[in-house]
Amino acid sequence: MEQLAWLIPVLPLAGFLLSIFFGKGTSKNIIGSIASLMILVPFILTVSIFIPFVNSVDHEPIRIVFLEWMHIASLSINYSIQLDQLSLMMMLVITGVGFLIHVYSVGYMHDDENFHKFFAYLNLFVFFMLILVMGSNYILLFVGWEGVGLCSYLLIGFWYKNPEYNKAANKAFIMNRIGDLGLLLGIFLLYLRFSTFEFNRIAFEALQIDPGDPLIRNATILLFIGAIGKSAQLPLFTWLPDAMAGPTPVSALIHAATMVTAGIYLIIRSNVLFTLAPFTQEIIMVVGLVTAIFAATIGLKQNDIKKVLAYSTVSQLGYMFFALGLGAYTAAYFHLFTHAFFKALLFLGSGSVIHAMGGEQDIRKMGGLKKYMPITHLTFAIGTFAIAGIPPLAGFFSKDQILASAYAHNPIFWVLGLGGALLTAFYMFRLFYLTFYGSFRGTHDQEHHLHESPKTMTIPLIVLAVCSVVAGFVNVPEVLGGNHWLDRFFADILAGTTFILEGQEHAHLSQTLEYILMAVSVVAVLSVIFYARIRYNKNGHVPAGDGESIPGWQKLLVDKYRIDELYDAVVARPVVTASSWIQKIFETNFFDRIVNGVGQVVILSSRTVRFLQTGNVGFYVFAMAIGILAILAANLFLN
Amino acid sequence: MQTPDTITLPLTGMITVALLAFPFISGLLCLFIPKQAKQVALVSTLIQAILTAYAIYLFNINYRSGFLANMQGIVDQPWITQLGVKFFVGLDGISMLMVILTNFLLPLIVLSTWNREFKQSSLFYFLMLFMQSALVGVFISLDVFLYYIFWELALIPIYFIVLIWGGENRIRITFKFFIYTLSGSLLMLAAIIWLYLQAGSFSIGDLYNLRLDLSSQRWVFWAFFAAYAIKIPLLPFHSWQPDIYTTAPNAGAMLLSGIMLKMGIYSILRWILPITPQAVLAYADVAIIMAIVGVVYASWIAIGQKDFKRMIAWSSIAHVGLITAGVFTLTQVGFQGALVQMVAHGVNVVGLFFVAEIFLSRLNTTQMENLGGIRQLAPVFASTFLIITFASAALPLTNSFVGEFLLLNALYETSYWYAAIGGLTVILGAVYMLRAYKATMLGDVQQVAGFADLSLSEKMVLFPVVALIVALGVYPQFIFNLTDESVKFLLFQIDQHLATTH
Repeated sequence: MEQLAWLIPVLPLAGFLLSIFFGKGTSKNIIGSIASLMILVPFILTVSIFIPFVNSVDHEPIRIVFLEWMHIASLSINYSIQLDQLSLMMMLVITGVGFLIHVYSVGYMHDDENFHKFFAYLNLFVFFMLILVMGSNYILLFVGWEGVGLCSYLLIGFWYKNPEYNKAANKAFIMNRIGDLGLLLGIFLLYLRFSTFEFNRIAFEALQIDPGDPLIRNATILLFIGAIGKSAQLPLFTWLPDAMAGPTPVSALIHAATMVTAGIYLIIRSNVLFTLAPFTQEIIMVVGLVTAIFAATIGLKQNDIKKVLAYSTVSQLGYMFFALGLGAYTAAYFHLFTHAFFKALLFLGSGSVIHAMGGEQDIRKMGGLKKYMPITHLTFAIGTFAIAGIPPLAGFFSKDQILASAYAHNPIFWVLGLGGALLTAFYMFRLFYLTFYGSFRGTHDQEHHLHESPKTMTIPLIVLAVCSVVAGFVNVPEVLGGNHWLDRFFADILAGTTFILEGQEHAHLSQTLEYILMAVSVVAVLSVIFYARIRYNKNGHVPAGDGESIPGWQKLLVDKYRIDELYDAVVARPVVTASSWIQKIFETNFFDRIVNGVGQVVILSSRTVRFLQTGNVGFYVFAMAIGILAILAANLFLN
Repeated sequence: MQTPDTITLPLTGMITVALLAFPFISGLLCLFIPKQAKQVALVSTLIQAILTAYAIYLFNINYRSGFLANMQGIVDQPWITQLGVKFFVGLDGISMLMVILTNFLLPLIVLSTWNREFKQSSLFYFLMLFMQSALVGVFISLDVFLYYIFWELALIPIYFIVLIWGGENRIRITFKFFIYTLSGSLLMLAAIIWLYLQAGSFSIGDLYNLRLDLSSQRWVFWAFFAAYAIKIPLLPFHSWQPDIYTTAPNAGAMLLSGIMLKMGIYSILRWILPITPQAVLAYADVAIIMAIVGVVYASWIAIGQKDFKRMIAWSSIAHVGLITAGVFTLTQVGFQGALVQMVAHGVNVVGLFFVAEIFLSRLNTTQMENLGGIRQLAPVFASTFLIITFASAALPLTNSFVGEFLLLNALYETSYWYAAIGGLTVILGAVYMLRAYKATMLGDVQQVAGFADLSLSEKMVLFPVVALIVALGVYPQFIFNLTDESVKFLLFQIDQHLATTH
C-alpha cells in the first residue's frame, strides 16, 4: 500500500480542484459526498499502511522521494514523504476526524450559498495538513504550515460580508506569520549547521552535539516561536478566540483538532534538538503552564459557547507544551490525540446547539436543551467528562500522564497543573449546565424551533463520543493494568532523545504515589464538578448580562485581561500610524525636498544655458550629445 | 567531422538578431496601420513569444563556450569602427531568462490594454514595442557601449508613455523621473568611457579581463551602482518611483516594474560583479544594508497607503530590495534566488497592476476607501486577485516563496541579522497585502454596485498570471537549470578575478 501513499494528500487536493472549478451549480449532496470521499479514501489508505507498519518487526520508516523541488549547488529540497509512527498517527487523526467533520458539515452548511467553496477550502486544508505531517523535511513542513494558515484565513473569513470576520481572518494570518518568520529563521539556522533540511539526517547528526550547544538552543527557540504562533500560546494566542468567526466545523477541525496542534508536532518531530536544548525546554514548560492556567481563567467568565471552547483549546494546548517542556513527548502527543476527539466533539456539539438556536451562541440565552436535543446532550456530556479528566474517559489518561511527569519534575508543577485542570472542569461544567439544564432562557421563537440536528450531524457526534471514551486506552499505564502501548510505539522516534539522556537519573514515581496522585486529582475534579452543578444547575445561577456591573477582577476576566486592547494600542495601531509618520517625515520633508532641490538647480542652470526651453527631451538629446562628444574626444586623445 | 570547438550550435545569431529587431519592426508597422495597431501589437508580441520559446528549445544549457559560460547565439560585427564599438550580442542562461521574462510578459501587457482606447493608440503601441526591443537589447548586449545605447533607448518610450498617457501631475513627475535616471546614466557613461580607456575595447571579454586596482574599482563600482540603484530603485534613490508608478498608465507601470527595473539587477550581475569584484567585496555590506533597510522602510510605508497603485509601488521597492540584497551575498543560492525572484516579481506585479487597471476601468478610482465588497459581485476576479495577493505575500507553492526562501537563506549565511530584518517582509508583506485585499474586495457592497466580473480578455491576462504563479512555485527547477551554468561561471569569474588582483 505504500506505493499509494502519494494518493493520501493528492485526493484532498483533487477534491479541492473539483469543488472550486465544478462545484458551482452542482448539487450540494454530490459536492458534500465527493469532498467527504476525498478524505475517507485517504483515511482507509492510512489505516492500511498503518496496520502492517504496527505489525512489522522493526517499524522501519517509509521514505519516498517523488520530485525535485529546488536543487542549487548543495541545497536540495525534494517533494518527499516520511511515514513513521508520528506521521501515521497524525494522519489517522487528520483524515479520521477530518472525515467526520466533512460529513457533519454537509448538514451544518446545507443552507449556505457558498457551500462548494466551503468544501473546497476544507479539502484544501486537509491537503496542506497532510503535507505538514507527511513531508520528510522542514521545508515541506513549512509548506503545510503556511498552507493551513491560508485555509484558516479563508475559512475564518468565510462569511466575508462581515467586517469583523475579515478582521479576525487577517489577524489570524498575520499573527501566524510572526511565528512563521521565527520558524523559517530556525530552519535556516539548522541548515547552516547541518546542510540539510531532512528530519532524519538532522536528527542523526545532532546526536554528535553536546547538550547546551548555543546554536541548537537558538534554533530551537526560533522553532518554538513558530509553534507559539500556530498553536496559539502566550503571547501570540489572541487570534484563536477570534478565529471562532469561522463556521463551527472549521473551529472543530482546524482550530481545535488539527492545525493548532502543528506546533506540538513540530517539537515532537524535532525532539532530539529540543532535548539538546534544556534552556529552550524550560521556556516551553513555563510558556505552556502559564498559558494553560491563564487561558483557563479567561474561560471561567466567557458566555459565548464557542469562546469558552476556544480558550479551553488554548489552555489544553498549553498542557501539551507543558508536557513537551518536561520532555514528556509521548504524553504531549497522547494528549493531542485524545484532545482531538473530545474537543472536536465539543465543538461539533456546540455547532449542533448553535444550529438549533438559530445562530445564537450566548449560553445565557440557552438552558434546558437536554430535552430537545438528547443526542447532542449525551455526546456533549461525554466530551465534557472527557476534558475534565474523569476516568475512564480519554482525557483522564492523557492528562494524568502529563501530571505524573510534572510531579516527577517537581511537585509544585503538579499542583499548578492540577489547578488548571480544576479550572477546566469548572468552566466546562458551567457551560454544560447552563446550556443543557435549567429552563430555556431564549426567545419564544427560538424555543419553538429547537430540534435535534439531522443524522449527518449526530452520527459524527456519536462516533467522536465513542472515540472520546476509548481513545485513552492506547496508553494505559501499568499501574492501571495497561501496557503503555503508545510509549512503546513511540520509542523509535524518541530513540535519539533516549540516547542523549542515557545515564541520567529519572525520577520514577512509586506505584502507591501514582495511585494517590490519581485519586487526589479525580476527587478534586469531582468536587469542582459538584460545585458547578450546585451553582448552575440546582441554584440556577445565570452569569450577569452585558450591561450589569461586575466586580473588578471578574470584569478583567470577562474582558480577557484586555490583551487585545493592549496589542491594539501597543502594536497594531502604532504600526499603521508610524507608516504615515514615516512617510511624512522622511518622504515629504526629506527625500522630496532634496530631489526637488536638485531639480531646481538643474532647471536654473539650464535656464542660464538656455537649452531646456525646447523641453525635457531637448535636455536628453543634449546629454546624449555630450556623451558622444566625450567619447569622440577620448578616442581622439588616444590616437 | 566536427571537433568540439567547431560544433555548430542550434541557437544561431540569426535568432538573437530576430529577437532584437522583430518588436521594433512590427512597432513601425503599428504606425503604418494605426487602425489595427492594437491587433498588430498583440500578434507581434505573440510571435515574439513563440520565437522566444523556439530559442529556449534550441538553447543548450550544458554548452560551455569557454567564453562566458554557455553564451550562444552570438553575433559579433564591427559597427562604429572609429570608436571600436561593435554589434556584439549573445545569450547565456541569465540573458535568456531575462529575455524570456520580457517576451512572455509583453503579450500580457498588451492584452491588459485591450479594453482601453488610447488616443493616438498607434504611437502607444509603437512605443511599447520599441521598448521591448530596447529591453531585449539591454539583456543581450555584450559590448558595453551597445548596452549603454539600449539602456538609454529603453528610457525614451517609457518616458513618452507616461508623459502622454499618464495621470495627474505627469509633467512634473516624468521630469523628476527623467532627471533621476539620466543623472545615473551619465555616471555610468563616464565609467564606461573610462573602462574603455583602460581596456582599449568595449567588449565584455576585455572588460572581464581587466585587473583594476582597488581605488579605480571603487569609483567604477559606485558610478555603475548609482545608475542601477536609481533604476531598481534602492533607498535613498527611490523617490521618483512611487509617483511615476502611480501616474503611469497601468501598462506603463507594468513595463517599468515588471521588466525595466530588472535591467538594474541584471546589470549588477553582468557589469558590476565581474569587473569590480574587489570593490564589491568592500561594499557588499553597504549595498545589502541599503537594500534591507529599503525592504522594511518601503513595506512599512506600503501599509499606510490609501491608493492601491501607490501601495503596489511601495511593495515593489520592498521586493526588489530583497532581490538586490541577495545578489550581494555573492553566493550561488543568492544569485539563483535573485533570478527566480525577478521573474516572480515580474509576473506578480503585472497581475497587481492589472487588478488596478480593472478597478480603474470599472470605477474610475484606485483609492481603496472607495472600493470594497467586490468579491460578492465578481467571484472569479476575487479568486484570481486572492491568489496574486498570497503570491505577493510569498506563500509556499507560489512563485515568490521560492525566491524569498532562497534569498533569505543566502542572506542568513552572510549574517543572521540581514535575514532577520529582511525577513520582516514575511510579516509586513502579509500585512499590507491582506489589508489591501480586505479593503478592496471584502465587506458588503456599497460603492461598487454593478461591478462586472472578468471579461474574456481580462481572463486571458489573469489566468496566465495565476498559472505562472503556481507553475513556478511548484517547479522552479526549470529556471535553475537554465541559469545554472551562467551563475557558476559568474562566481568563477569573481573568484578568479580576486585571485589574480593584488
